[in-house]
Amino acid sequence: MIPTPTNPSDPPLPTAKMVVAKLDLFYGAFQALRQVTMPFAKNHITALIGPSGCGKSTLLRVLNRMNDLIPGVLVQGRVELDGLDIYAPATDVCELRTRVGMVFQRPNPFPLSVRDNVLFGLRVAGVHHRARLDETMERSLRAAWLWDNLKDRLHHPALELPLDQQQRLCVARLLAVSPEVILMDEPCSALDPIATAKIEELMLELKRDYSIVIVTHNMQQAARISDYTGYMLLGDMVEFGDTGRLFTNPADTRTQDYISGRYG
Amino acid sequence: MRVPPKYTQMAAITLLGGATLLTLAVLVFIIAFVLEKGLPGVTWTFLSAEPQDMGRAGGIFPIIVGTLLLPLLALVIALPLGVGSAVYLCEYTRETRLTRVIRFGTDCLAGIPSIIFGLFGLVFFVGILHLGWSLLSGGLTLAIMILPTIIRTSEEALRAVPYAYREVSCSMGATRWETVRRVVLPNALPGIVTGVMLGLGRCISETAAVIFTAGTVAAMPTSAFDSVRTMAVHFYLLAREGISNEKAYGTAAVLILAVLLVNLAAYWMMHAFIRRRAR
Repeated sequence: MIPTPTNPSDPPLPTAKMVVAKLDLFYGAFQALRQVTMPFAKNHITALIGPSGCGKSTLLRVLNRMNDLIPGVLVQGRVELDGLDIYAPATDVCELRTRVGMVFQRPNPFPLSVRDNVLFGLRVAGVHHRARLDETMERSLRAAWLWDNLKDRLHHPALELPLDQQQRLCVARLLAVSPEVILMDEPCSALDPIATAKIEELMLELKRDYSIVIVTHNMQQAARISDYTGYMLLGDMVEFGDTGRLFTNPADTRTQDYISGRYG
Repeated sequence: MRVPPKYTQMAAITLLGGATLLTLAVLVFIIAFVLEKGLPGVTWTFLSAEPQDMGRAGGIFPIIVGTLLLPLLALVIALPLGVGSAVYLCEYTRETRLTRVIRFGTDCLAGIPSIIFGLFGLVFFVGILHLGWSLLSGGLTLAIMILPTIIRTSEEALRAVPYAYREVSCSMGATRWETVRRVVLPNALPGIVTGVMLGLGRCISETAAVIFTAGTVAAMPTSAFDSVRTMAVHFYLLAREGISNEKAYGTAAVLILAVLLVNLAAYWMMHAFIRRRAR
């Protein structure tokens, strides 16, 4: 089932990599998501915006089942990756998470060397072939624009890098396991504007090969980099559609209020 | 009337600094006192010879061996059990009434006097299991004695590992066990080592429980079923029976140096591990 944009004036959607349909999510008795339906287009950037506590991070974590780690979470509805229900009982959650990877709010490299950080996922997957590890490391660091900076410092502690390099290292660590979808949970909120610009540029580059979903507090950021935007409020998906259209001509007055800065 | 901050500040520094100095001074005094009395008797012969005439003459070589073997055995038993339990409690269960009861029980066990463990070892290992006064009985008893300490310190160390590390590891497709093995345990290692060193220290300095379960035979053990004597026990017997003050202090000096060496070695090994990992 492919949901359509809430606004009929939007251009038709490209192929959806992931789809969420009629999704309800409860933390115990509290309902955090209400009948959310939206697609995540393949090789595009989809932004989730909305005020704090609107459920955008929760929705993001539905997509790789990170919510499973929290006790008392109940998910109802359908979430598809390439047409297959990822909440089906037969789903291998670990395999799902290698396909749908995540970059977190705060740069969180392990207290290991640059090299060991990038290779973490492969080692977990049981790859020990030296040439393959080296090849993957170079490819991932290049893709995250870190190779030229770090190729002579592969054995340096990752925690001694500047924050934006740490965040890009986290991206490289994720790219090493070749995910198909990259979820980014406010990836720039701990970074200064210059570092933010670098990460945004990187995202635009990465969408050629990956489908990206970003949660952001920063509306300008969503407008700058995303192709599609979903605006959420108190667990509802108020409006979803083409970013350019949503920011210039929102269909819902609540969206209008939010993007014009009336609240949030 | 309010005391001017200048004076309260001075008073605080004097009192707190004084407390620290006093503690250090007492410690240094004890160590210096024992070494001063004991070191002259510590010769190569003392370290390498068998004791003679109940310890009045000769050396303490079998006793050094006993002091190494007994805590080592206790550690070999208690370390996997303790760290395993801590990992289970911390990583595989949610906080429930049961885990709180378990934690409370462990805390109580940690506070029980060692003689009680000795008595239990005497009745159960030495008696019911017919292991006799032996290295094995002593090792098992000491293992039970230090188990609560190892569990609790390991648990604290595991809990101190940032949740973000577990989250990332999990988001990379690692199973819970992979996360424990590759992320949680390595980062908790310093804390675990501290707990282990505390446990080891208790084993080395234990007398009552050791006398009850490992016996006091001051000869070289040839199997796990032989009785052994540790330096702490040897010192206790020599001093209490008035056999030889000189040999008692010699033993004490060796004991202090041995504990120092063991601690240094453990921390050196830990730092080597951390350096190798961070590179």
